[in-house]
Amino acid sequence: MQIIYTDVLVIGGGLAGQRAAIGARRRGNEVIVLSLVPAKRSHSAAAQGGMQASLGNCLGGAGDNEDLHFADTVRGSDWGADQDVVRMFAHMAPKAIRELAAWGVPWSRVQRGEHSITEDGKKRTVTEDDAAHGLITSRNFGGTAKWRACYVSDGTGHAMLYAMSNQAIAAGIPVHERTEAMALIHDGQRCCGAVVRNLMTGELIAYMAKATCIATGGFGRIYRVSTNAIINEGMGAAIALETGMASLGNMEAVQFHPTGIFPAGILVTEGCRGDGGLLLDGNEHRFMPDYEPEKRELASRDVVSRRMEQHIAAGHGASSRFGEHLWLDIRLLGADHINTQLREVKEICQYFLGIDPASELIPVRPAQHYSMGGVRTNAHGQSPQLQGLFAVGEAACWDMHGFNRLGGNSVAETVVAGMIVGEAMADFCASAEGQLQLSTSLADDFLRREARKLDTIADNSGGESAVELTRLMQQTMTEKVGIFRSGETLQQAVDALQQLHLRAGRVGLRSAARGPNPELVAAYRLPRMLKLALCVARGALLRTESRGAHFREDFPQRDDRQWMQRTLASWPAAEDCLPTIDYEPLNIMNMELPPGWRGYGARDYIEHPDTAKRQLQIDTLLAEAGATDRHQRQQLLMPFLHLLPQTFRTRNQRLGGSE
Amino acid sequence: MSTIPVKALRTLKIRVLRHNPADPDSTPNMQTFELEEADSMTLFVALNVIREEQDPSLAFDFVCRAGICGSCGMIINGRPGLACRTLTRDLPEDITLAPLPGFELIADLSVNTGKWMRGISERLETWVHAQGLDTVDVDALETPMEPELAQQLYELERCIECGCCIAACGTAQMREDFVGAVGLNQITRFRLDPRDERDDADFYELVGDDVGVFGCMTLLGCEDMCPKDLPLATQIAFLRRRMVAV
Repeated sequence: MQIIYTDVLVIGGGLAGQRAAIGARRRGNEVIVLSLVPAKRSHSAAAQGGMQASLGNCLGGAGDNEDLHFADTVRGSDWGADQDVVRMFAHMAPKAIRELAAWGVPWSRVQRGEHSITEDGKKRTVTEDDAAHGLITSRNFGGTAKWRACYVSDGTGHAMLYAMSNQAIAAGIPVHERTEAMALIHDGQRCCGAVVRNLMTGELIAYMAKATCIATGGFGRIYRVSTNAIINEGMGAAIALETGMASLGNMEAVQFHPTGIFPAGILVTEGCRGDGGLLLDGNEHRFMPDYEPEKRELASRDVVSRRMEQHIAAGHGASSRFGEHLWLDIRLLGADHINTQLREVKEICQYFLGIDPASELIPVRPAQHYSMGGVRTNAHGQSPQLQGLFAVGEAACWDMHGFNRLGGNSVAETVVAGMIVGEAMADFCASAEGQLQLSTSLADDFLRREARKLDTIADNSGGESAVELTRLMQQTMTEKVGIFRSGETLQQAVDALQQLHLRAGRVGLRSAARGPNPELVAAYRLPRMLKLALCVARGALLRTESRGAHFREDFPQRDDRQWMQRTLASWPAAEDCLPTIDYEPLNIMNMELPPGWRGYGARDYIEHPDTAKRQLQIDTLLAEAGATDRHQRQQLLMPFLHLLPQTFRTRNQRLGGSE
Repeated sequence: MSTIPVKALRTLKIRVLRHNPADPDSTPNMQTFELEEADSMTLFVALNVIREEQDPSLAFDFVCRAGICGSCGMIINGRPGLACRTLTRDLPEDITLAPLPGFELIADLSVNTGKWMRGISERLETWVHAQGLDTVDVDALETPMEPELAQQLYELERCIECGCCIAACGTAQMREDFVGAVGLNQITRFRLDPRDERDDADFYELVGDDVGVFGCMTLLGCEDMCPKDLPLATQIAFLRRRMVAV
């Protein structure tokens, strides 16, 4: 048995994983990154439109600060987020972007003087200040009070991932490419590495580490129509679930992006609408103002996607031979703007649709896009159940997104959380409990167990096909656990997925190819994907309310009285056929921003008795404090700085000397 | 309004160069698969259909399937390109696919571009070289940059390291260690970046020889085949003039 030892093992080579790796490396730890693909090909590269950070340099962002970013994010989450974590995030985002600026990301910059912009379907001229010239600019995105999405044309994630990867290379961090973690090695209390399969040779190797970090992104591929890369199968979350100890948070919170191109589901950025693009129906009527007069096309993604599907269901879609869809119109932005600020969008339209978006409409329909749920962690990114296990980025439920993530907050989370979790892992490795005391025989047991599982698949003559079962799972999820959900169809989905899970045990192989063997890969991933799908479907079935992206037709109201709860799914025994679902309360009495109306979407919700109590408490606290600045007020209501690593507690400076 | 133009559907004959180095019995051979073309079918769709319905062992690489990650470079009817965004309707019925030359073969259409690119990155030190990068004052306002310069940098940074320029390069086929357009483009990108403190003498150390900028024969295959339409030939010519001046 081959064993590789390291201080920190990071599973996943996207933005979050690499930033965490760099942080731990800087503190003197040995770090290894595992990645299914070359790190620069990770799905982080697909982020197009921007990264949210309240720099407030350009005119549209003037006056922005952490308070506004915090409030937008909490409202976006439909009060499902952990507010401490949102505060940490909003405070860190400007630091993350400035670090990346120093590391080489060519952020688009403010150009002084007059500019023509498109807003609400009309052109208008704005004048950028001399003082802001050359600082990082930002564009408008959904659900935000300010223009806060900092960007690099519409290749933001690509530019960030390349700068990050290059820094990781400079730091000498090895990336073991084309490797897959198959199981976490643990003794029921302490995680100490993973059994890893080399996807080129098929060989199994044990990696033993003081700290192990899941950074494998989302699980969009359990759906049929998804903007996600095909590697986004949630394997990191699944192996955490399979420990029987670690829990997954809010798995039913799944985001659908309004503008996947139809029918392929490839993303075109929210920046299209942020820059002034419109949504049109089959009659080329702009319908969003009819539903959402406040934010129109720029309400949060859950709201816009729901309105789009509602409009199609009412018979206003455009039809094509692939089915119904709507139109995204960016013609009004003009060819110059599209050629410089939306060039990836232009290429996607050209190659996949054969159209020029400067003169033609883009067919779009909502598609699965983001997993708010993931490995539940505390504010420092560590699993509360399994010591030594950390998670970061989309794979984690750190819980800054609650039940709906705002556009541009995910790439921001990857880097911010990476900065925090990198430090947390370094602290852990330096502590007494971080020392690795588990024996190699434990690693050997886990490695043999995984080898046996693979042999079982290879020897299986049950006659089921992974391809067929995967397709059925994806179809079930898209049809029954999508944007509109109800008890009846969710129950059908749970039943169907359980059947598929049973059948998945009988999947065999047609080819015995050595080396890469893609058929074997599909076969061993399937049961893990089905477990995740069951967590999503069962969590959705049990949550008898609507919150953020989780919408129940039979329970259309947000119900704070019963559901200020975070769902925790676990899988205690391997032979279980359903996840165990528990809940963790969200305490309104600790919230800086008690629940209310989001400023868009439905206005009716069932209030929790604590909401009024907490509001009164807040009002009293502020009145008693007398004259205070915004930082003092914030500290009074919900202190959070102590949760951050010492080095990141200082204030962010802004243009004109404000903080 | 119709979104996607229709064309009569055909039976495609896809010939794939197959070889699995992990299998001692494998020898390189061409295998032909037939399949019914579908509406707006890409090679991503076609290859997956073949693997699902005809040969589960067929190896190939896709990640984003949207033309942005650079995983699926292969030789398509003799020319390097990204398979995920190649529509079958733009190709004849007979399609021949081969792995990108110049890279270690993993199996069939899967090649190890990742290892090659990491090697180039380490060799050419493709990162911003500046003092104090691990102690950046992240509280302070960022250093301003001319908007136009930021745009120029992004223009060069759009490279997705797909390897098509290496497969299209005469020199790379003769000199295994030639850094190629992908490497030289990186050098021009960091040379242009005021945040990088290296000067031309430093860059000369990295690419001032015939496995660097002087190895280019100006056949222009790189620029012709670049899926991102990067101005590679111009960049190389410019860099060569600068390096001659050192």
